Amino acid sequence: MTEQKPALRLEGIVKTFPGVRALDGVSFSVMPGEVHALMGENGAGKSTLMKVLGGIYQPEEGQIIVEEVPTVMTSPLQAKSKGIVFIHQELSLAEELTVAENIYLGELPRRSFGRVDWAKLYAQTDAILEKLKVGFNAKTIVGDLSIANQQMVEIARALTVDAKAVIFDEPTASLTDAEKVVLFEVISDLQSQGVGIIYISHRMEEIFKITDRISVLRDGSYRGTLETRKTNEEEVTQLMIGRALDLSRNETHHEMGDIALEVRNLSCGDLFKDISFEVRRGEVLGFYGLVGAGRTEIAETLFGLRDPSGGTILLDGTEVRVSSPADAISKGISLVPEDRKGQGLVLGMNCRDNMTLPQVGDLSSGPFVATSAETEIFDKYKDKLDIRTPGWKQTVGNLSGGNQQKIVIGKWLSMHPKVLIVDEPTRGIDVGSKSEIHNLIRELAAQGYAVIVVSSEMPEVLHVSDRIVAMFSGKVMRTFTSEEVTEESLIQAISGITATDKVA
Amino acid sequence: MEAGKLSKFLKNGAIWGFIVLELIFFSVAGEFLSLSDKAFMDVDNMLLLLKQSAPIGIIAMGMTIIMVNGNIDLSVGAIFALSAVILLDSMTWAVFADLGDWVIPVSWTLALLTGVVLGAINGLIVWKTGVDAFIVTLGSMLGFRGLVFMYNGENPTSSLNWTLVDFAEAQFLGFHTATWFLAVVTLIIWYVMTRTVHGRNAYAIGDNREAAVNAGIKVGPHMLINFMIIGFLAALSAVVFYSESGSVNPNDGQLYELWVITAVVLGGTKLTGGAGSIVSTLGGVLAIQLLRKGLGHIGADTSTVNLVIGLILIAVLFLDRQLNTKGKEELKI
Repeated sequence: MTEQKPALRLEGIVKTFPGVRALDGVSFSVMPGEVHALMGENGAGKSTLMKVLGGIYQPEEGQIIVEEVPTVMTSPLQAKSKGIVFIHQELSLAEELTVAENIYLGELPRRSFGRVDWAKLYAQTDAILEKLKVGFNAKTIVGDLSIANQQMVEIARALTVDAKAVIFDEPTASLTDAEKVVLFEVISDLQSQGVGIIYISHRMEEIFKITDRISVLRDGSYRGTLETRKTNEEEVTQLMIGRALDLSRNETHHEMGDIALEVRNLSCGDLFKDISFEVRRGEVLGFYGLVGAGRTEIAETLFGLRDPSGGTILLDGTEVRVSSPADAISKGISLVPEDRKGQGLVLGMNCRDNMTLPQVGDLSSGPFVATSAETEIFDKYKDKLDIRTPGWKQTVGNLSGGNQQKIVIGKWLSMHPKVLIVDEPTRGIDVGSKSEIHNLIRELAAQGYAVIVVSSEMPEVLHVSDRIVAMFSGKVMRTFTSEEVTEESLIQAISGITATDKVA
Repeated sequence: MEAGKLSKFLKNGAIWGFIVLELIFFSVAGEFLSLSDKAFMDVDNMLLLLKQSAPIGIIAMGMTIIMVNGNIDLSVGAIFALSAVILLDSMTWAVFADLGDWVIPVSWTLALLTGVVLGAINGLIVWKTGVDAFIVTLGSMLGFRGLVFMYNGENPTSSLNWTLVDFAEAQFLGFHTATWFLAVVTLIIWYVMTRTVHGRNAYAIGDNREAAVNAGIKVGPHMLINFMIIGFLAALSAVVFYSESGSVNPNDGQLYELWVITAVVLGGTKLTGGAGSIVSTLGGVLAIQLLRKGLGHIGADTSTVNLVIGLILIAVLFLDRQLNTKGKEELKI
């Protein structure tokens, strides 16, 4: 491989923003036919680097070299014409149009008078789709396709040019396991055609499965490249965060109190069926499963965002009906939602107003806002949760993910809920703040809160939970105690393998 | 922090800077171009300007809440007209014949009630059907206007009550009655937006509706209240205006919704909701009235006025966009 010329090489890229050195002399290269992982925490500089590569940002120093030719990138379209193609995490497809129109969007083959050459368009598209071995054709409407297949359309788009390097940005974020297999096949096909691949992902498992080399960024600077075969997860993690993250199994149990929440045979259409569990005060109950297993939907039902089609919910032993979030809050159930920015925070508002949002009416006397009481609450929970912000006037949108999450948690704690549901507690939060949030969750249990944690990250579930509910396709497969659970048994349960085992 | 403060000042203060610019421009240009020898910044002229700002201004305060809340109301012009018809017609109703001048508060109440009810209809439809407020109020704009025509055909509805005219033309501390109404409405709505739970929740709903729902805020009732407020204010605007003029044409108030929205947007309120300020809306209202009056002062006709206002609106939004995008890029790492 060493005598080959790199497909793409970056040399000493520097990019600064006011007050921040976002990229500090980053260099790395991708060989033709190589899958090269790019890893780093959020904020390490991965997305900035990709924007430099796509010509959205111009670097102050350094150069981009495509097949030994120094190149200045001015736009993603121009990058594509040089053979550098991006497959983004968020798909950018016109859902109402056909697959063919999407693939050739902006460069449809033409006949005289600007008419589209449909025959040529469909023929070209089908030729590309054949290479990808997909189950749809050129005339399929994109909106009718699954997310995975839509991603294939994006990939097909990349193949319309003579691609030298293809960059995958978190491609598996919304794919099922079966779909991942197909994606990996496509990647290996591209590989065998001599295309260099940059693979950006947080998922160690995938990285170790499909990549040849791993380059790590931290705080905007290049920390080194490892050969995938000769390294392990720990070494990569250490390189990423500069130290090892404590994700040991949870072994301490706090004193358990009464059952705070009990759910019996709860169902909601096809989303989940016959769900039963209970959470005690002082306990953290983890929900683990694949995306689409119904975990978030259970949380939403408990919080009154969905109406159950059957089953009962008991709070402190009394049956309750939760008709809306307002109702849930008044009964003492609160939810830290999965999508912090989209569902949890009013980004344009300041820290204090966000924290007191659900109780601003209760705090006030008459119609007027009681600002001093609000500030008091904010100051109290700012200290308690160690929220790092210059003051309550700071707009929430300007805080880091970890501090934003603490605001959402503080919002509920200040109302002393009976049950706190945390959906994906550390999504999009950097590794350092992750352990802070984990400790906080354990701490809350110690204070006697009943906590439900929904997570897609196995180490996280194992680290914080006293018991773990494993879900598969809308059903509870098994409930583990933290003593009996093993990674293997958990994976089997969430893949539906232990369906015949005892159901808790 | 310094930079943030500066940009914030620019954003909030820009409209007032623009007003000062207008005043200077029209004063200077007026010296050369105006046909009258009166200075543009003559006290009487300025007082009159405030008075003339009132009808649009009063509605604009309600529109600010509506837009901060993430909605829009296109039916305000029609509500304005229908309330005016009720106001003037009810004064001649036989049942009230014995009331003498006491018919005035009765008619006022009826007109204001009309506005509140029409607003509530809008609000209830938006709340219960979940249809976008733009579509709902587009429909009610046509519907309410239809009611106006059904009432009296193409004919104007008239009733001149001299006590009322005296009241409307009165000046207290130099300011006209209409100006006082605008001032009081501005103050109250400002208070509602900045100091009350309802105002706080309106911002939250407009900025991120889903997060507001998840915080237990009942979105529907808040929207209903806001539509009732703007309905009330559209009727109040009619009450203030027609108390003096005494005659309403079925086409009156047409395009008011667009003037109101223009003023609110000039004042910096976001079309997508979540951001906006009453004080800046007042600035937007005054800026537009100054422009109309100023251009008239230097001899431009109505069509020129409309052209200039249109161009300025687009220029302002473009500038705003430039400022905002730049700010966003700086934050992104």
